[in-house]
Amino acid sequence: MDNQLLLTHITSIMGAEPQAEIDNYGMLNVAVSADALIGLVEGLKSQQGFIYLTDICGAHYPERVGGEFEVVYHLHNLVANQRVRIKVALSESALTVPTLTGLYAGANWMERETFDFYGIQFDGHPDLRRILNMDDMDYHPLRKQYALEDETRTDKNDTFFGR
Amino acid sequence: MVKTVDAPEGIEGQGFFATSLDKVIGIARSNSIWPLPFATSCCGIEFMATMGANYDLARFGSERLAFTPRQTDLLMVMGTISKKMAPVLKQVYDQMAEPKWVLSVGACACSGGIFDTYSVLQGIDKVIPVDVYVPGCPPRPEQIIEGLMKIQELAKNESLRRRDSDEYKKMLESYNIQSAEQ
Repeated sequence: MDNQLLLTHITSIMGAEPQAEIDNYGMLNVAVSADALIGLVEGLKSQQGFIYLTDICGAHYPERVGGEFEVVYHLHNLVANQRVRIKVALSESALTVPTLTGLYAGANWMERETFDFYGIQFDGHPDLRRILNMDDMDYHPLRKQYALEDETRTDKNDTFFGR
Repeated sequence: MVKTVDAPEGIEGQGFFATSLDKVIGIARSNSIWPLPFATSCCGIEFMATMGANYDLARFGSERLAFTPRQTDLLMVMGTISKKMAPVLKQVYDQMAEPKWVLSVGACACSGGIFDTYSVLQGIDKVIPVDVYVPGCPPRPEQIIEGLMKIQELAKNESLRRRDSDEYKKMLESYNIQSAEQ
């Protein structure tokens, strides 16, 4: 299976040609809406053998108005050794995507991690709470509006060399 | 050659030796410190070398490591403490019986080190009181031994009433730790 053939399969699953490109490393990237996600992933899993969910992660592009956030899914067909990347852009006002836990049990913790760091809601997730950061953290630290540094740091309060 | 601990100052005569209870207890405590290694990262590897045959922390009476806080005198914190780990560290400290000492080993435990970031505690002295800081990233075993020897000095010279003092209780209160009932 090559990328062109995969794209025709994806088109037939979705019923329309999605926005797609091949990145510099030869991997097919498909951009879909949050509504079309489940149908596409279910079709890829059941019809095309993408039985392995490699990764789910988030991204924040504050300057991209209307699509400030993105959830990125990596799927792998282990038999054909074919990978595909699916991107779902979300606006800051509607940060919700459907959960993939019904299709891949492994999505559970990855979605919790994406929620933890970006505050993206996964609709239907059985247990959506923080997984890596401490429970009483009151923000989502990988959003770009928050500083990476810790405010309680005291040994860097130096006029000339510290911050 | 076996090197023993020097006798404290006192009055010596035929068949008796008199000194103060403080000094005797100080000597006993400082030469039988049981450490609790709280090793979370690379400083813990240096600690393993410190416990090994080359550096041999056992020479200082710290032969017996314990991973149960109720039986130990010295909490050795070696490595990065994340904010999620901070309550665990505080609980371990809480469970130790007085008198207890804390040795903070390495840049991360002392100040957060290179991890100036949202997820890392910026020094364990934000949650528990620290007696001796050992700098380094990571410190050599010699430095860790030096730190332990400083703790020994503290234990040896500490007044028996220090932990009952208002100053000490206030210090614990500032960390929101309840002092043990006498």
